[in-house]
Amino acid sequence: MNLYSSLIVDLSKNPVNKRSIPDANITGSGANVTCGDRVRMYAKTDAQGKILDCSFEGEGCAITMASASLLTEEAKGKLLAEISEWNSLNVFQWLGTELGPGRVKCGLIPLETLQEALKRHSPSAPRPQKRQALSSRARVSRAHAEKQL
Amino acid sequence: MATLIQNRSASSGLVGSRASATKGRGVSVRPVQRTASDRTRGGNVVSPRRKDFPIFQERPELVYLDSAATSLKPKCVIDAVADYYGKYSANVHRGIYRLSEEATAAYEGARKTIQQFIGAKSEKEIIFTRGATEAINLVAQGWGSQYLKSGDEIILTVLEHHSNIVPWQMVAKKKNCVIKYLDVDDRGVLKTDQLSKLLTRRTKIIALTHVSNGIGVINPLKPIIQKAHAIGAKVLVDAAQSTPHSPLDVQYLDCDFLAFSGHKMCGPTGIGVLYAKEKILQEMEPFLGGGDMILEVTKTNSTWNEIPWKFEAGTPPIAEAIGLGAALVYLREIGMSTIRTHEKKLLAHALELLQKIPGVTLYGPCDPEIQAGVLSFGIDGVHPHDIASIFDEDNIAIRAGHHCNMLLMERFGIPATARASFYLYNTETDVEKLAQAVLKVKKIFS
Repeated sequence: MNLYSSLIVDLSKNPVNKRSIPDANITGSGANVTCGDRVRMYAKTDAQGKILDCSFEGEGCAITMASASLLTEEAKGKLLAEISEWNSLNVFQWLGTELGPGRVKCGLIPLETLQEALKRHSPSAPRPQKRQALSSRARVSRAHAEKQL
Repeated sequence: MATLIQNRSASSGLVGSRASATKGRGVSVRPVQRTASDRTRGGNVVSPRRKDFPIFQERPELVYLDSAATSLKPKCVIDAVADYYGKYSANVHRGIYRLSEEATAAYEGARKTIQQFIGAKSEKEIIFTRGATEAINLVAQGWGSQYLKSGDEIILTVLEHHSNIVPWQMVAKKKNCVIKYLDVDDRGVLKTDQLSKLLTRRTKIIALTHVSNGIGVINPLKPIIQKAHAIGAKVLVDAAQSTPHSPLDVQYLDCDFLAFSGHKMCGPTGIGVLYAKEKILQEMEPFLGGGDMILEVTKTNSTWNEIPWKFEAGTPPIAEAIGLGAALVYLREIGMSTIRTHEKKLLAHALELLQKIPGVTLYGPCDPEIQAGVLSFGIDGVHPHDIASIFDEDNIAIRAGHHCNMLLMERFGIPATARASFYLYNTETDVEKLAQAVLKVKKIFS
């Protein structure tokens, strides 16, 4: 498996949306202590819950940086409810590769951090993805199993 | 030529044994019978012992550079474990039948082997644990709870693995003790000149590692132990990274406690050893209660078994202990000085190759004289996890992360490193593949 496509390497060297949003109404931080990956996610929404701008700051491995760049790009123009539906399969699709158990945490930190921030922002919003967000590893295994079938 | 065997040198050991301290006096190591076919082709530093490890038949392409995490297992150890389960599987110490007697003899025989291997005075000083972590917890919870008082001081170093920090933090919280840390210089070498400032009349114990699992630096134990004893403090040595790689002599070191794991030295997982001086063990209260550690139990009271069994409650890890015994016999046959010399050569070669590559940062002393076969490094602009993932594509297993060394990472101001570590089965070819993989990473991220 060649994990390091030119997309992932390019985005790790030249990330997009890697900046703060001073007037963001949704922010959250997440870290993967084992790896030393840290991200801070920013989102600015309108009254209808549509994301006008989305960005991140932080440091980490190429997978984390690429994943954060792609997520923030995908999130723009989407509704908060849509983002809370996303899971690891979306991340794999953006990255163009599945991530094994050793690296899946790196790829999911940006999304999980953003989803946690959304939850805090609107606790009453439906959170069908909560369980999935916590068991990303199980989902990857399932995805692998389905693929083999 | 097979330098592994020829250049056996007594002065190459870590400073943890008589042999290494008295340069040139020599050390008696039984010669290893070897044939031409033993040699692994490629490079000057060969490993005549590679064929002993069945995993290389399964995965001939494997370049295993993560022995500081856990070592591979030779066939003799796998066989010893299987033999116990297949031929004389029974509980120890209590069976009135031959099968149990046989199991007991093998289990206690392993204890004897360990006693001889580390130069302990008596096998009563050898306690089987689940690993080095449990051995340290036994001392922190057992000895610490009994002897530490409010205001007492514990000295650790910033080099410690979390397993030699957290148990002390737990007991310090309970007993209201103070923990002080001995710092390192920018090469990761302990600032031993600052030890005198840290030592006070309240210092009850120094717990420190022999070899850093993060950067491989070898600590000068002997003078530290002497200083500690001069003010009446005890010393615990975390020898998880040194016992597998070099001669070790607890009587020479004169440490009070010494902990190590089986799985890092060709033995099974789930077995470790606590060495402690007999007098201390006699006076210490048991750590865990249960079967085998008692003499007599009444409704209101129990009396303790003799040492070492006083500290081995419940059915012990029998197969694992027997497997560890087999591992030590295997290592002893090769000779610990021989293994140290081998790893020294591999490290020297790795340093030479990696130092030449621009953009590579090496952490630690970068001096094989005071560094075991552990090499932490970074590549500019590339996260260590990406390094490890790219290495994995070429079947090269290294570690990336903080290595349970968060204090050291903080000291160096980095979140993580990539770490390659060597053992007796590694060859010069493995080192060359390591250097090639570094170049590949640089190319991908160029």
